[in-house]
Amino acid sequence: MNRYKGKSAFPSIAIGKIMVLKKQENTISRTHIDDTGAEIERFEEAKKEALLQLNDLYQKACKEAGEANAAVFEVHQMMLTDEDFLEAVKNIIELQSVNAEYAVSVTADNFAGMFADLDDDYMKERAIDVKDVAGRVVNILSQREGTANHFEEPVIILAEDLTPSETVQLDKEKVLAFVTKSGSLNSHTVILARTMNIPALVSTDIDILEEYNGVLAIVDGHTGHIYLNPDEETLSRIKEKQAGDLEERKLLQELKGKETVTKAGQKIHLYANIGSENDLGYVLQNGAEGIGLFRSEFLYLENRDYPTEEQQFCAYKKVLETMGGKKVIIRTLDIGADKQIDYFGLEREENPAMGYRAVRICLDRPDIFKTQLRALYRASVFGNLSIMVPMIISAEEVTRVKQIIQEVKDELDEDGMKYCSTEFGIMIETPAAVMISGQLAKEVDFFSIGTNDLTQYTLAIDRQNPKLDKLYNPHHPALMEMINITVQNAHKNGIWVGICGELASDLTITDTLVSLGADELSVSPSYILPLRKKIREM
Amino acid sequence: MKEFQYTVTDPLGMHARPAGLLVKEASSCESSVKIIKGKKSVDAKRIFGVMGLAVKYGERITVTVEGAQEDNEAARLEEFMRDNL
Repeated sequence: MNRYKGKSAFPSIAIGKIMVLKKQENTISRTHIDDTGAEIERFEEAKKEALLQLNDLYQKACKEAGEANAAVFEVHQMMLTDEDFLEAVKNIIELQSVNAEYAVSVTADNFAGMFADLDDDYMKERAIDVKDVAGRVVNILSQREGTANHFEEPVIILAEDLTPSETVQLDKEKVLAFVTKSGSLNSHTVILARTMNIPALVSTDIDILEEYNGVLAIVDGHTGHIYLNPDEETLSRIKEKQAGDLEERKLLQELKGKETVTKAGQKIHLYANIGSENDLGYVLQNGAEGIGLFRSEFLYLENRDYPTEEQQFCAYKKVLETMGGKKVIIRTLDIGADKQIDYFGLEREENPAMGYRAVRICLDRPDIFKTQLRALYRASVFGNLSIMVPMIISAEEVTRVKQIIQEVKDELDEDGMKYCSTEFGIMIETPAAVMISGQLAKEVDFFSIGTNDLTQYTLAIDRQNPKLDKLYNPHHPALMEMINITVQNAHKNGIWVGICGELASDLTITDTLVSLGADELSVSPSYILPLRKKIREM
Repeated sequence: MKEFQYTVTDPLGMHARPAGLLVKEASSCESSVKIIKGKKSVDAKRIFGVMGLAVKYGERITVTVEGAQEDNEAARLEEFMRDNL
């Protein structure tokens, strides 16, 4: 058994035989041409034919894989009508008295090289597009058929890299997974795999050998591994995992498109909690209706220095785009207490849970806060963003946060940068916030109750002290009353209220939370389906 | 010669498709149109050149328009950019 690792595009599992997609023999001979005028004419004809083919492929891809996947063929058409490209080809034919095939492939290599050198991940990936276009023209010139790959049973496609033309021509019903040696998560293959809900690995450390044809393999999109000739133990372990996936999918199928609604007709928004963008696959797989809590701390925890606006912008944008218009609630920085970061230079505290943390740091060091808010608002145009601030204890804090948000917006306006209006909410996780929730509700668009902290502050129990575990009772009547007061005050003021702590995923208390009037529950992705089932049966 | 500056507000930056639109628009001008980013200057009528600039969201570019119709065409291009980029 051999195991290789790549970057995974989609968290699911495929087991099947490998089919190696070999690049077509691309040896292009350089031959001398006397009548260069006629050769240029021959190139022009091939170009015309290629443009027609690209138009057909665009239509086909639109139908099969949607506009987003098809757009690439429009770009191919533009490349093939680019004056620089055409001139270069013609110049080579004329000046060197060579065949059109040779001229096209040399030109393509040059242009692809230019893209590969760019300092932009998206643009780097366009090198493969140039080569794809050139390959098409060369095939037409030499009257070769395009790469046709026929296979009877479903296979795992293994290739050096896949061009858009290659992927669009594959029989999608018979593809279990894609594994490529090169390519990045910006590859066309990745977009396609996600559309098809199948695993795909790119940048995989595997050599593409002909002898792998027909070899049994496992692609585990959860871990990014491909196993060749898996041993019995691995096979049965992965099959179990796959069965789990299938079970989940079955449950999802049952509940797909169904609302999270009680028998009495009370609608609950069921969202997911996530800690990093890596969890997004699970969010989608489990049919979450949105993201109720995106902990932005990971951006800070993973870094050795303050993450830049650009870094944060890219991460937020990715989440918003992946969620495609569903609500995404991002919680602003919540460090301090049990989450310490060296470069923040925070002093050691006797009682960090009640110390310098979360919004208290943000209001004290607005430069850090503003960088995050700028990145959030810039990303807001990519989806349905809501912003939520943790650890609020007073209306003054909310006012101050709103002032800073206004400053950030003004600065973005000055810079001519677009942003969308977003819902603005706060976490209710201190008894203080509960007691003044009537006042706070007038200032914000929503509340999200963080039951973990609210429990520890209400019951005066340090969550870090194991001796107190038996006293830590999240079902304590005091806590239920806290939730009740918050919901009442929210509804009185016409705003919605969610619950995003561990309590939300406790199926034994769901009845109570729903009857108290919670509008939204946000839980780990794996709890989504069981919770939906539970609510639908209530 | 007319010259104007423009900050790209399309969140995707000047990616393949908007670049293509710009090339199409520039190609319909009589004038010669150049796009300058930093020290690099390219012909706005050629897609490889324009894509090769890899202009990102929030980056500032300078556009120069030179020809008999430069006044009209510069105004038209500026408007086009505001609408599409």
